[in-house]
Amino acid sequence: MAELKAQNPFADLLPLKIGGVSVDARDLGHLTVLGDLGNRAALAEALEQAHGLALPEPLRSTENGATRCIWLGSSEVLLIGTPPDAALTKVAAVVDVSDGWAAVQLSGVGAEDVLARLVPVDVRTSVFERGHTLRSQLREMPVSITRNEGGFLLLVPRSVAATMVQELRRAMEAVASRR
Amino acid sequence: MRIECPICGSRDRREFYYQGAAVALDRPAPDAGDAVWDVYLHLRDNPAGETRDLWQHEGGCGAWLVVTRDTVTHAISAVELASDVKRAMA
Repeated sequence: MAELKAQNPFADLLPLKIGGVSVDARDLGHLTVLGDLGNRAALAEALEQAHGLALPEPLRSTENGATRCIWLGSSEVLLIGTPPDAALTKVAAVVDVSDGWAAVQLSGVGAEDVLARLVPVDVRTSVFERGHTLRSQLREMPVSITRNEGGFLLLVPRSVAATMVQELRRAMEAVASRR
Repeated sequence: MRIECPICGSRDRREFYYQGAAVALDRPAPDAGDAVWDVYLHLRDNPAGETRDLWQHEGGCGAWLVVTRDTVTHAISAVELASDVKRAMA
């Protein structure tokens, strides 16, 4: 049988560094959407027992070592970095989306200014702290933005990965030109 | 124009999809009769003043919202989760 090799969604577009801002591809491993089936308490307990993670409130994320859980929308969270425990299937709609999302880390001085040109939401530290997350649009693309230790984790549908890099590059060039 | 999503907070209008008058929350019974269904499907008020619409926070949390707004002043007086409104109607 042929040996199939997974392709990076960004091919050779990344890493990118312009001015003080850099974009790096992130391989997050397993990505699983957990859909709340109406019993939030049961889901929270199962997640805590199986992965040691608190179920994130809206606009928040939680982490336990390399395993993370970020709020992804009304009644949905995303489990990152581990295959979902079988117990979760009893209390949530469990969907493997590992290849559905493309992830990058945006970091450096001026990362907020880059996002300010692309996203209609304020993501400055004063209102968007570490662990905070939100869903919005990066230009016209659906995006999930989470602030982490080094800057921002951006998730977009894999089909628009190259377009996101193009938009980030243009915004980064514009921000760099004004420094 | 900004809409105060009950989940995400104040967001730009571009993140929202407009569906129409909030009548879908009050769907008639299948056997309600032609006249009732005709009204439900086709007849809409066009008030100069307060109106209730269904919007979806498509570019954000995905929740369906009932937005109460004034068509004269464009002021938005209330934004509620459609699921809450539906539950309150039951």
